[in-house]
Amino acid sequence: MNPDPLDLWRRMMLIRQCEAQLNDAFAKNLFPGYIHSYLGQEACAVGVCAALEDSDWIVSTHRGRGHYLAKGMALKPMMAEMFGRATGICGGRGGEMHAADPTKGILGGNGIVGAGMPIAAGAALSAQVEGKGRVAVAFFGEGASNNGSFAETMNAAAAWSLPLLMVCENNLYAEMTPFADTSAAPDIAARATGYGLPGEIVDGNDVLAVTEAATRAVERARSGKGPTLLELKTYRWGGHFEGDPKAYRSREEEVEWMDRCPLRCLREVLLDGRADAATLDTIEAELTEEVAAAIRFALDSPEPEPSSALAKVFAA
Amino acid sequence: MPTRTYCWALIDAIREEMERDPSVMLLGEDVAAAGGAFGGSRGLLDAFGPIRVRDTPISEEIIAGLGVGAAMTGLRPVVEIMFMDFFGLCLDQIFNQAAKTHYIYDGMFRMPLVVRTSTAVEMGIGPHHSQLLEAWVGHVPGLKVVMPATPRDAKGLMKAAIRDDNPVIFIEHLALHRMKEEFEDGEILIPLGQAAIRRPGRDVTIVATGLMVARALEAAETLSADGIEVEVIDPRTISPLDIDTILESVRRTNRALVVTSSLKPFGFGSEVSAEITEKAFFHLDAPVRRLTPPFTPMPFGKGFEAFLHPDATSIAAEVRSLLA
Repeated sequence: MNPDPLDLWRRMMLIRQCEAQLNDAFAKNLFPGYIHSYLGQEACAVGVCAALEDSDWIVSTHRGRGHYLAKGMALKPMMAEMFGRATGICGGRGGEMHAADPTKGILGGNGIVGAGMPIAAGAALSAQVEGKGRVAVAFFGEGASNNGSFAETMNAAAAWSLPLLMVCENNLYAEMTPFADTSAAPDIAARATGYGLPGEIVDGNDVLAVTEAATRAVERARSGKGPTLLELKTYRWGGHFEGDPKAYRSREEEVEWMDRCPLRCLREVLLDGRADAATLDTIEAELTEEVAAAIRFALDSPEPEPSSALAKVFAA
Repeated sequence: MPTRTYCWALIDAIREEMERDPSVMLLGEDVAAAGGAFGGSRGLLDAFGPIRVRDTPISEEIIAGLGVGAAMTGLRPVVEIMFMDFFGLCLDQIFNQAAKTHYIYDGMFRMPLVVRTSTAVEMGIGPHHSQLLEAWVGHVPGLKVVMPATPRDAKGLMKAAIRDDNPVIFIEHLALHRMKEEFEDGEILIPLGQAAIRRPGRDVTIVATGLMVARALEAAETLSADGIEVEVIDPRTISPLDIDTILESVRRTNRALVVTSSLKPFGFGSEVSAEITEKAFFHLDAPVRRLTPPFTPMPFGKGFEAFLHPDATSIAAEVRSLLA
């Protein structure tokens, strides 16, 4: 897999615009619920998904928009879902923490921290039984790495050589608690050894490094050699949710990490002979408008018919 | 007709479904090489190989989660949680993930998952291996809950559960594993959500589940000698409950007693009692009764259990009191 860096930048900018404009909508009281912002972590989702095919499966988290967009979910139905509208990809009943698209291999977000890892392992089991080289990816955070589901998934996936990528986005804060306050060892990747699979630390703000590491892990999984744990070191620019006062960290620390903005890092690489500033600015302007249009689409869409809540409790 | 035990009827059901559909697989603790902790999957590893019949680590959350993810992506997994007492270790995957995925995602995913589990009530093996918790799962929208009381039902309900596109919690009674019944070979499908009238009667309706079905029938024989005719209904499926069959019976008998191995407060009997009271109140000649073990944990040993659980004598006594 050798993705075009300009395409990676375009996807990251789409996520950036989505998250930034959703925050604006929230600030204007236009958003019905909480926003779990993905700002600052764009390189993680985009880098990993660049190594995947549509037929590969991902399982996301409560902070899922980056994963959805990186894996190819259409913007407008995703956005309408975030606003709980009838035109949303789940008809508005999933909302901000739940969207899925089986045609793109997106098996959903989750409202429960840690619950996605066993589900991704189940998808990897399907892939193994099917025997056609598909892989599954579990996205999760460093907070979820302290959930029992992490231990159970790591062990079973390694024991059975499941074609699974365990992708930990270590953004340093488990909801509103610094990871270091509740964990003695800073590196989650180090835990892989104990379960018998490779673990690797990657700069989660460098999309090219993430793509490269993910590509290796995907090749390993496709060839039947089993799972890999990738720990992507990154930073959550926002709070656990928008409105979180972030009293648990300093503004200086935030500025330090924002200086390592994943989009700015890639922009510098691109400007070094791969694209000119005008091209990048044009793309940015187009995506800004595309996201604004998606938000208008969501806001203009009707809310679901309330009585539709009674349908689909069971599959027919 | 051949005779089968409850345990072998279940093995037959899974084998037949695995032969019929290559997407069916079996996962759980000790299910493959050992043939099941209670022999409930004997021969399946040899028949279908280690890709489709797998021993898992003792990790209930991943067992259930593997089932959820596999069911979302094209397989029809049967996952085993050895005892229902272990549900505390995997409930999130069952009640948040398996139960709600079809609903949350607007029907984009099906969840053809069977969670095979057992209750060891009256096996004398202590407080962490003796509970019947059907009400826990019966309370969750999106789950179906099945509890067979006979070998033929065990087979027919298991086959129907595997073919269902919804998550089904399949509760076996280990105390019934050696129960024998003569019934036909081959295809038996018992629709989920359909109760069985085990014995017709005009005077009292007993709704009994699992182990209590045979015991209610035994009590009914005793009472019949005294001219009291009891109708015994086995719901077979806990959720969705076939309340219509129960209501139809109560409208004829005008009295109802619910007998379970599970506990009374917030339980199955409470649900059935409330449904009858709401929907057939003016047909009742007496309040609906519930007969269950007292509200305690289950201590070790059959002596305690014999004291705590309903038996044919206490059921008969409750019926006489209801008629008095």
